[in-house]
Amino acid sequence: MNVPVSYYLVLSAILFGLGVVAFVFKRNVITVFMSIELMLNAVNLAFVAFARARNQLDGLVFVFFVIVVAAAEAAVGLAIVIMLSRNRESLNVERVDQLKF
Amino acid sequence: MNLPLIVFFFFSFLAVAGAVMVILAREPIHSALSLILVMTALATLYLLLGAEFIAAVQILVYAGAIMVLFVFVIMLLNMGVEERTDFSKLAKFAGLPLAFVLLLFIAHWLWHSPVAGAAASGPGQTTGFSTVDLSRLLFTSYLFPFEATSILILIAILGAMVLARKEE
Repeated sequence: MNVPVSYYLVLSAILFGLGVVAFVFKRNVITVFMSIELMLNAVNLAFVAFARARNQLDGLVFVFFVIVVAAAEAAVGLAIVIMLSRNRESLNVERVDQLKF
Repeated sequence: MNLPLIVFFFFSFLAVAGAVMVILAREPIHSALSLILVMTALATLYLLLGAEFIAAVQILVYAGAIMVLFVFVIMLLNMGVEERTDFSKLAKFAGLPLAFVLLLFIAHWLWHSPVAGAAASGPGQTTGFSTVDLSRLLFTSYLFPFEATSILILIAILGAMVLARKEE
């Protein structure tokens, strides 16, 4: 017997929930970014599992696009983090609550 | 117990343990290394699902490029131990229960959705997805989104350079 698709979907849901928890609890800007990456990974797993269940390739194309968007988001986000650390002392998200300073 | 199921449970345990470590680690560098563990475990699960190309891209782009960028910035900014806060009351009393409810809701929906138990997966049943077919789909049906992502990447490069530039 093979692994049922529902197992993959439940694992994806667990990882997404852990990503949400990390997003809510972490206070460092970088770790908040990492929790976003964790959620994107969980969604990718669900895409691949559905692609396997329906035996269609379209889900894999979407995973490809999600990875590309994640790369672009990480590049811009980390540039913002570097700028923040240059202008501010702290990277705690509770202290970085203004867009302009 | 057969082999695919054992492999699945081993690597899903690794992925969940890594995700928990992302939350529990006090230093950002430990969170980043745990996240690399999660991504590698997920790449193995993609192989188990027969998506070899996505597994390779996961290792190369996610674990290779994005996480190296994260680790690089963490070391560049010389981050120490994360301040363990007195996190906001809103996060404590609204965020955690709501995240738990979301998790429960998604899991409940997945168990009762029609697709859940319908199809079985694994390399034994069908052959893996063909990379040739994937690239053909990418360059025919999805040509416009593919080109749009190249513009997105270009804008991201420009934005990162403008943001990280030192002001005179």
